[in-house]
Amino acid sequence: MPPNNTLPSSRRAVFRSGIQAGIPIGLGYFAVSFSLGIAAKDVGLSPVQGFLLSALGNASAGEYAVLTLIAANATYLELALMTLIANARYLLMSCALSQRMSPDLPLRHRLLVGFYITDELFAIAIARPGNLDPFYSYGAISVAAPCWAFGTALGVIAGNSLPPALASAFSVAIYGMFLAIIIPAARGDRAVALLVLVSFAASAVCSALPILNAIPTGTQTILLTVLIGAAGAILFPIQEEAEGETEATSS
Amino acid sequence: MNQAHNIYIYLIVMALVSFAIRVTPITLLRRQIKSRFLRSFLYYVPYVTLALMTVPAMVTATRSPISGAAALIVGIIASWLGSGLFPVAVLCCLTVFLTELLIL
Repeated sequence: MPPNNTLPSSRRAVFRSGIQAGIPIGLGYFAVSFSLGIAAKDVGLSPVQGFLLSALGNASAGEYAVLTLIAANATYLELALMTLIANARYLLMSCALSQRMSPDLPLRHRLLVGFYITDELFAIAIARPGNLDPFYSYGAISVAAPCWAFGTALGVIAGNSLPPALASAFSVAIYGMFLAIIIPAARGDRAVALLVLVSFAASAVCSALPILNAIPTGTQTILLTVLIGAAGAILFPIQEEAEGETEATSS
Repeated sequence: MNQAHNIYIYLIVMALVSFAIRVTPITLLRRQIKSRFLRSFLYYVPYVTLALMTVPAMVTATRSPISGAAALIVGIIASWLGSGLFPVAVLCCLTVFLTELLIL
């Protein structure tokens, strides 16, 4: 471990409380990544490739988007664009975390914490008061990341031996999780609700209409995300939320 | 499957882009994003992307579009009523399994 100005004993305690926070997250990750692995198997990935997908991707929606593009034999540029868009929210979280880092926190800690920004790990890191302690994040990561990566590999392996009835049933697991993310948000925010409805409709129409459905699915998703997201941002700009410690500097 | 593209290169592209997205602000940025448009856009994007990827894919993923559609409806209702990620996923799987037991 690199030398640091914190006492090793307190660092270990922080690491340990990070592990505790990471256990429920890891269990949830395992379930999600397992179904992601089944999807990866359908696209033709090996268990090792599934493992790498999750070890390097660290995002359910982003990785799933990558799988749809691999299935469509998309270009590398399309894949890069899709990754950028599907993971755009992590840019926002990374910005938020940057506000909570001690200015003298070494680069290697920033790189490591940044690499493992996910919805859940971001949430628990930001929920702690004061400056972000990377060792708390490392504790959580040490549990959550292996669950995520091995879960995917196991999903690929299990996907190979599932009877058709079960494979069909499991194939909707990932979409169920997507619904559990978007529907509560839509319930709490009318603008999100409208955008979700428009997205459902637009996506269904694009895959059904003869000329539009010639556009590869991944490209459709990229274009529609930018279009609908930008329309939403213009029509329903978000209220400036009270982000706690943000100092009120004029732009 | 006869891939014209290499899966490992796909994975490397994904890794580089997602690493850059996550790490650039945390290492370089010391201030909040000011643009209200950009903040709103980044706020809406995840929901829009997930919605686009769910419909119609959920309906076509199963052996019959009927079971997929049933799972979609059950999933929407269950998440509206406040069920979490895992319960909703299990309910959707069960819906598909039971529907296909009846119709196939």
